[in-house]
Amino acid sequence: MLRYVVRRLLLLVPILLGVSILIFFWVHALPGNPASALLGERATPELVQQYKERYGLNRPLPLQYVDYLKVTVVDGDLGTSISSRRTVASEIKRRFPATIELAFAAMIFAVGIGLPLGFFAAKHYGGVFDHLSLVGSLIGISIPIFFLAIILKYFFAVRWHVLPSVGREDVLANNEHPTGFYVLDGIVTRNWAASWDAIQHLILPAIALGSIPLAIIMRITRASTLDVQNEDYVRTARAKGLSPNTVDRRHVLRNALLPVSTIIGLQTGLLLSGAVLTETVFAFPGMGSWLRDAIFNSDYPALQGGILFLAVVFVLVNLVVDISYAIINPRIRYS
Amino acid sequence: MSVAEIEGLEIGHQAPSGLWSEARYRLIRNPGAVLGAFLVSIFVTVAVFAPVIATYGPKDQNLDLLKNGEPVGPTAGHWFGIDLLGRDEFSRIVYGARYSLLIGVVSVAIGLSVGMLLGATAGYLGGAVDSTIMRAMDVMLAIPGLLFAIGIVAALQPGLWQVMLAVGIVNIPIFARLLRGSVLAQKENDFVLAARSVGVRKRGILFGHILPNSVSPLIVQGTLAMATAIIDVAGLGFLGLGPQDPATPEWGTMLANVNDYLASAPFLAIIPGIAIILSVLGFNLIGDGLREALDPKLRSRG
Amino acid sequence: MKGDCVRGILRRLALPLAAVMVLVVASTAGGASSSGTLVFAGASDPTYLDPALVSDGESFRVTEQMFEGLVKLRPGTTKIVPSLATSWKLSGGGKVWTFNLRKGVKFHDGTPWNAAAACYNFNRWYNWTGPFQDPSATFYYQATYGGFKKNEVANLSPPLFRSCRTVGTSRIVVTLNRASGVFFPSLVIQSFAMQSPTAMKKYGADQATLSGGAFRATGTYAFQHPTGTGPFKFSSWTIGQKVELVRNPNYWGKKARLDKIIIRPISDNEARFQALKTGEINAFDLAPPQDIGGLSGDSRLKVVKRPAFNVAYVTIHQGPGSPMNDIKVRQAVAYGLNRASVVKNFYYGTGKVANEFQPPSLFGWTNKVQKYPYNPTKAKELLNSSSCKVPCTVDFWYPTAVSRPYMPDPQRNFQAFAASLEASGFKVVAHSAPWRPTYVPKVNEGSAGDLNLIGWTGDYGDPDNFLGTFFRNFNPQFGYHNAAIEGILNRALNQPNFAKRVKLYQQANIMIMKYLPGVPYAHATPALGAEKRVTKLIATPVGGVWFQYAGFGGQ
Repeated sequence: MLRYVVRRLLLLVPILLGVSILIFFWVHALPGNPASALLGERATPELVQQYKERYGLNRPLPLQYVDYLKVTVVDGDLGTSISSRRTVASEIKRRFPATIELAFAAMIFAVGIGLPLGFFAAKHYGGVFDHLSLVGSLIGISIPIFFLAIILKYFFAVRWHVLPSVGREDVLANNEHPTGFYVLDGIVTRNWAASWDAIQHLILPAIALGSIPLAIIMRITRASTLDVQNEDYVRTARAKGLSPNTVDRRHVLRNALLPVSTIIGLQTGLLLSGAVLTETVFAFPGMGSWLRDAIFNSDYPALQGGILFLAVVFVLVNLVVDISYAIINPRIRYS
Repeated sequence: MSVAEIEGLEIGHQAPSGLWSEARYRLIRNPGAVLGAFLVSIFVTVAVFAPVIATYGPKDQNLDLLKNGEPVGPTAGHWFGIDLLGRDEFSRIVYGARYSLLIGVVSVAIGLSVGMLLGATAGYLGGAVDSTIMRAMDVMLAIPGLLFAIGIVAALQPGLWQVMLAVGIVNIPIFARLLRGSVLAQKENDFVLAARSVGVRKRGILFGHILPNSVSPLIVQGTLAMATAIIDVAGLGFLGLGPQDPATPEWGTMLANVNDYLASAPFLAIIPGIAIILSVLGFNLIGDGLREALDPKLRSRG
Repeated sequence: MKGDCVRGILRRLALPLAAVMVLVVASTAGGASSSGTLVFAGASDPTYLDPALVSDGESFRVTEQMFEGLVKLRPGTTKIVPSLATSWKLSGGGKVWTFNLRKGVKFHDGTPWNAAAACYNFNRWYNWTGPFQDPSATFYYQATYGGFKKNEVANLSPPLFRSCRTVGTSRIVVTLNRASGVFFPSLVIQSFAMQSPTAMKKYGADQATLSGGAFRATGTYAFQHPTGTGPFKFSSWTIGQKVELVRNPNYWGKKARLDKIIIRPISDNEARFQALKTGEINAFDLAPPQDIGGLSGDSRLKVVKRPAFNVAYVTIHQGPGSPMNDIKVRQAVAYGLNRASVVKNFYYGTGKVANEFQPPSLFGWTNKVQKYPYNPTKAKELLNSSSCKVPCTVDFWYPTAVSRPYMPDPQRNFQAFAASLEASGFKVVAHSAPWRPTYVPKVNEGSAGDLNLIGWTGDYGDPDNFLGTFFRNFNPQFGYHNAAIEGILNRALNQPNFAKRVKLYQQANIMIMKYLPGVPYAHATPALGAEKRVTKLIATPVGGVWFQYAGFGGQ
């Protein structure tokens, strides 16, 4: 077990190094250049040239990469965002909690609805509800996430005025934010109105972002419940005369949740991708909208730092999921 | 892309040969798959016969049709209304089917062929080659899919081919992993051992025996990847990274163009949106039906 | 079929669900209406609140509520009127400017506005070193004054500024190294606004670093302590969320009606409009023309117009081997662009067809220029008598991911122009690039095809800000040399006699439209959206917003 964990941790090194190389060279393959991005729309060719000389941007790329790695890893400095002129680290610190909060809300929505639906569908395998839920989940993954976001915003915010359309909190509010997670902040500072306000701002983006995970979780729950139902121990339990509810609770649901928990971990990448589109539509100040703007602003330091950070998070989450899965499920082989 | 990847986990790696006829039977009995086949055949028919079906040219402008500069909703002469430049929306949707089909097929072909080659090589040769290839795949998977695709298009400049290439590249590790798993599972199979014992060369075994037996999970994954490809391309178009010639009647780009006109002309967003949903749904339904039909595990269920 | 069932169920569920949400959420409605606080949305956060260090409209919109310069533009016009200086005089062959300063004015920190403070600001700019010589930090200073006392960066020109001398406590004498037509009118730019020397010293306004190749202010002045003399003073800035400004009770002029302004960033055009509809904000800038119908159609909302002070044009790029070197081809382009139709259909009544490169409200404009109404037949004839026969292939570029006041939907303009050019004997090859990273530098370098879409919004009320910027020197964007045009624009720039200047610019406009370095096509009236009850919100031609007189209801 310990060997497995150590092995997985060691594997992180080449992956992260690979990611950093990929990101570095990709950023430098981008059209336009940091100089003109920095100088804005009134940049002249002379200014751009002057700038490049000044910051060593004319040096060979491998040399620039070594510098970049040294500054990033040794000094822990992710650089300064060109568009905001603040450190990339401070931008991430400010925006990452927003995306985490949104992803968490989306996951609560997806699990809270997907799990019972999937279980129910499996219990009524082959029935009308089962077929409906399957088709429904397929429709769910067939709707482009930005289209769903636009439609939700159009009806709930613009037409019916029941939920806010943009941002994380009411602008007039003067709330404190000790943690950066706004719902939690409200609880910590005993400002219930602030928590409630933050929750309202989360509802529509969370539904849009959670729609695809919802469909997937429903399907996986259904499939794994079906698998477990046919396992010997479940048949035995049933044969012993345990009530169907007890069998469901003690054996079926518990074992069926194993693959579901893995899937929840795997959704991280999906959520981070989806956040780009969702946050853009709802002007939600998280990592997704920030990276999207960074691409359009050619904000190279922000792109490098932000994507590297997300990749690290993504890889770590998967690691934690794999390890905890290994702990929960003794049947897994550690090789 | 990520959806396909996760869906891929559901796909069995092994598919015993000789189950095609039974699969076809199961497929026909599955109403979802039939609906999917129906949607996809409409989609393909419209794409192929676009010039016959369309009532106008997809790029024919008529600014005089605009009312105070605004697009006009459905009328008798223009079934889906006219767009921002006075073009017939119906004809554009019809021609758009061609682009979506093309995009789906090309990007899946890129992902499938490269991914298949890498996955099969890794799985069959094993050792250092295997770990090098699969670590590279891990690196690609470590960057969230859409961001990766955006990055590729940003580097290559926006455009139709670039978008197809980006979506194809993002699909590579998914197919590579799938095929490697399949190859590993079959490497020790009796028929492979038999082939090896009678002296068939490595490459011969790979192409003659192992690959054909990995076809069914690939077909399932390929169908599902078609669906995600159409959605991802629409997402890239929505973010402003679509085809160079903005007159191109590509659904995702059509959707992106009208984002700012949602309040005044919502039908211009809704119509291409529905077209995307229906075609994607068609592929998803077929892929799903195929998976159930080809998955031997499912036979004992119920 | 099954999908329909699901949708049916969903539809049935939707109403009660919505009803519950209405009940639950009703408490937040009307949040933006609290007395005397105006919530305003721009497109993004300010960069810094030290106006000397920024060059973007989003930052200026905030700083211009807090900071004033020696002179200002009368609200809503491009006419220069006194501000912190009450009068001024030019002498010494156009090189010596004497300003008499307003008396009894105090900065927000209570320190006095006087001659020493004024010269402190001039000297601050002139003496900048290190990171502050980075063009991204001090764009407007470098554009107007050239270099610094000691230029540390190659290619910087010698400084325009020589010295600032105090005469008593309320008069300064600014001496320049050479006469300049732009020194005085550019004083209205926020980058040259007057800031409190005490606060700047106390909070490290001149501390900065270059990190990762980007300029970054490290003191707290530009984030938490901007200190000027304006009608509003700084209260707080939550980065990414909002900037709060409160009324300056000791303002020297007419005090603001509003107690407080909250300015929040909403980057999406549509989202800004929707936030206004939902009551989350009271007003917003950069309303897309297509929403103007929606704004004036809503009984609670209205449109606030910004006077047109811009020009949208098609660049015609000449260069070695380019078909555009032939005047007949350039004329064919001009006749082949259906400008009237584009302006009529895509500007929703907010645009005027442009026939020259400067707005009509600015002196120097003349009706006597050569005009090129849409005429595809004539365009084809011209082409067939030129070096590029029908079909003449041209590369035509347009920007994506952008909406400019003068070009609300570039792609729509492009598509209509491409179609009208094709009807006029051209074969158009489309190219696009996103505005910020690639498009603008490409246009500036002259690598954006034969034709491209671009435009300009004026910074101050002088024709040189338009014509001079484009044509006074060789400009790679257009790729030609024309000694006659460059000569007349340089003469006009340094001509002290106003009547003669007007004549020179009129003449220049006639020459330019004959030579056709490009085809101007629209002057647009940008718009703001606001609630009807918001009154006296004034939008300035140069891109700013005056909140000083604004309030709710009549007064």
